[in-house]
Amino acid sequence: MYTFSSKLKTFSLILMAVGLLGIGYGFISAPKNIQEVETILASDAHGSHEVFNTSSDAHVVSGENKVSADAEHKEHLEHVLNQLQNKPWSALYVACIFFMLISLGVLAFYAIQQVAQAGWSPVLFRVMQGITAYLPVGSVIFFVILIFCGLHFNNLFIWLDPNVVAEDKIIANKTSFLNFPFWIVRAAVFLIGWNLYRYFSRKNCLAQDEAKDDSFYKKNFKMSAGFLVFFIVTESIMSWDWIMSIDPHWFSTLFGWYVFASFFVSAITTICLTTLYLKSKGYLEHVNTSHIHDLAKFMFGFSVFWTYLWFSQFMLIWYANIPEEVTYFVTRIQVYNLPFFGAVVMNFVFPILILINTDFKRITWVLVMAGSVILFGHYIDFFNMIMPGTVGDHWFIGVSEIGSVFFFLGLFIYVVFTALTKAPLLPKRNPFIEESKHFHY
Amino acid sequence: MSNKVIHAIYNDDDILMDAVKKTRAAHHHIEEVFTPFPVHGLDKAMGLAPTRLAICSFIYGLCGLSFGTWMMNYIMIQDWPQDIGGKPSFSYIENMPSFVPIMFEETVFFAAHLMVITFYMRSRLWPFKEAENPDVRTTDDHFLMEVSVNNNEKELVSFFENTGAVEVKVIEKH
Repeated sequence: MYTFSSKLKTFSLILMAVGLLGIGYGFISAPKNIQEVETILASDAHGSHEVFNTSSDAHVVSGENKVSADAEHKEHLEHVLNQLQNKPWSALYVACIFFMLISLGVLAFYAIQQVAQAGWSPVLFRVMQGITAYLPVGSVIFFVILIFCGLHFNNLFIWLDPNVVAEDKIIANKTSFLNFPFWIVRAAVFLIGWNLYRYFSRKNCLAQDEAKDDSFYKKNFKMSAGFLVFFIVTESIMSWDWIMSIDPHWFSTLFGWYVFASFFVSAITTICLTTLYLKSKGYLEHVNTSHIHDLAKFMFGFSVFWTYLWFSQFMLIWYANIPEEVTYFVTRIQVYNLPFFGAVVMNFVFPILILINTDFKRITWVLVMAGSVILFGHYIDFFNMIMPGTVGDHWFIGVSEIGSVFFFLGLFIYVVFTALTKAPLLPKRNPFIEESKHFHY
Repeated sequence: MSNKVIHAIYNDDDILMDAVKKTRAAHHHIEEVFTPFPVHGLDKAMGLAPTRLAICSFIYGLCGLSFGTWMMNYIMIQDWPQDIGGKPSFSYIENMPSFVPIMFEETVFFAAHLMVITFYMRSRLWPFKEAENPDVRTTDDHFLMEVSVNNNEKELVSFFENTGAVEVKVIEKH
């Protein structure tokens, strides 16, 4: 049995506390009204704002245009106010969905291992189950944030604002799909579906330990196959609902796969890092370097898979250059240049050069380093997907972003390692457990 | 000096593996082992050095990537930078995404083909090459270990008879 080391527990609690302070600071320091925005803009009068000021000065000369210039100025301020108020919410949203999807990705990986009857991975099943223990917690927080969005506490999803929909024909035409009741019910169905699989799969796995035959194993096999079908459908719709609808004027057909690749590789990396941690503390007797090697191969392979989808999506739109599609990337390249291309470097160039070597895939410190870069890179990837639609050019990785990541990271560590103490780390009567114990590559 | 070798023939890969380990422990020099199929772990048991084909392949891939990049840059940007459907041909980086499929395929093409050719050259394989098969049964269901003899013929023969060999022959090699 694993015991939650008090050091790690304190560390996770400190992360949560610091994170909460950061999140709170972010919300308090966000501007409340137009006057505050005006002072903020005046204090950092550079770049585009300066251009705007000179053009409004020019309007003052001809008296009759003054009214329309004022109205334009006011509209601009409201726009900026919206974005600045969205900033702490977006930071919270990105971190929340990122950690929730990591545990969902682990669940999908776990289900695939069951259905594929993998002979190497049963010694890691309890680690995976431990990580998926974050899913119920993360789902609840995430669902609450979605409800806050629906109650107009923020403007993350502009299609939730009836004033916007009234003026915007493109969004108005999508209201049969993008309307709050349907959207929130879909979210509830997806989250409940995933959590039910997680709950029963773990229950059966524990029951299999004490069973006399393999009936629980067979049940899990069938349930996992069913879950994977449910998962791939809901995952796709989830990515439209929770990420793509941030930019409701834009659509991409491979977006669901792209999001999947992003959190799936993060999930495998998380399994690898957790396994390495537990192994270093001496808890995983039967895990050897071959298991680690396999995980590292998955990290490598899915990093490349993510890049393939990233590039396919980018290149198709760049090549055709159709105005209604290409604005998505124009914003990202002009305003988010470093995070946009930095994500490719961290998620592709770095792992492909480090993890291509067979010997490196067995060295702990190499994997910890590569894994950290991959996880950070995919956080940036989610940042790139969500931020441009909510805060535009007012993005910054500052107190509220780092605070949110700290809070959810602390919560993640706390929940996962608490769950790991609840069951033995080695399944007893899994039909493949002997093979898995002696797995070598 | 005569050039004698022992041919110890086995009919099971497990017995072969044991025999290889015993032969290594007794410090007899194994010239070659012939098997009808890859025996997992045989190279380790024989103490063969790991292959460096993968390293070659990586370097070939880099060559392919460089070739693809150079070719597209020369043709599309340097030599005749035409406006084709509004694609920006002012610099390589501006039009880079449309060259990526070619760069990728060149990388794979070079890495794969040059590695295969390297393999053929290193293992001396080509059409019309005369087969170096000491016993036709080794391509079907027998395993053969060849060990050099250094004036210890009797000792070696009895050693291999004890390792479970179905047949031990002393052969004069030319």
